[in-house]
Amino acid sequence: MAQILFFGRLMDVTGKAEETITLPDTVRDTSALRRWLDQDRGLQGALLEKTVRLAINNEIVADPHPVNDNDEIAFMPPVGGG
Amino acid sequence: MLRVSSEPFNAGEELSAFERDAAGAGAVVSFTGLVRDHASSGDVKSLFLQAYSPMTERGIEEAITAATERWPLTALKVIHRVGEMAPGEAIVFVATASAHRRAAFEAADFLMDYLKTEAVFWKKEATETGEHWIDPRSEDYQDRARWA
Repeated sequence: MAQILFFGRLMDVTGKAEETITLPDTVRDTSALRRWLDQDRGLQGALLEKTVRLAINNEIVADPHPVNDNDEIAFMPPVGGG
Repeated sequence: MLRVSSEPFNAGEELSAFERDAAGAGAVVSFTGLVRDHASSGDVKSLFLQAYSPMTERGIEEAITAATERWPLTALKVIHRVGEMAPGEAIVFVATASAHRRAAFEAADFLMDYLKTEAVFWKKEATETGEHWIDPRSEDYQDRARWA
């Protein structure tokens, strides 16, 4: 089971901050994960935006990066504090 | 020294404590960022700051290391709030100390530019017209690019 986290505006877009899911066999990397999840939830491209970065187990990765069923995978829109 | 916390803090008290820790330095610079009371979408009711630990802390620690390698600092402190806060409350505090003023000024400026554009936080402003997630402004990215 993969732990999926949605931060910032994506929390509102998806209606949740996190969820635990079983990755389909067809989802082996971050690019496939973006496409599958976006389509499955009817998010109209919100997870496909280039400004949305993915982190796997607390490390930002570049697409396509392998994903496994025991990963923590975070969808991160543009950051900024202060 | 870094603190990311949901606890409110008093910037004046933090500065006094920092000046004691930095005893012997010739220059101390501090910056305090406050929750503004008015945004383009109306009066601000509250601000919500979200972090992703430990990525947030690790990134700020790396920026602190970069600052200490670039400028001859004798002391440094970064405090950043998370969670819900009200207009007028302090969100962020950066203090730097060095033998002479230039290093302290520049290092504080550098750290604030990092915090505004690259630190792993998400901000949501609640105003009378609703809630809005806030991205950095283009000026913030331009400011950050000065240090490349």
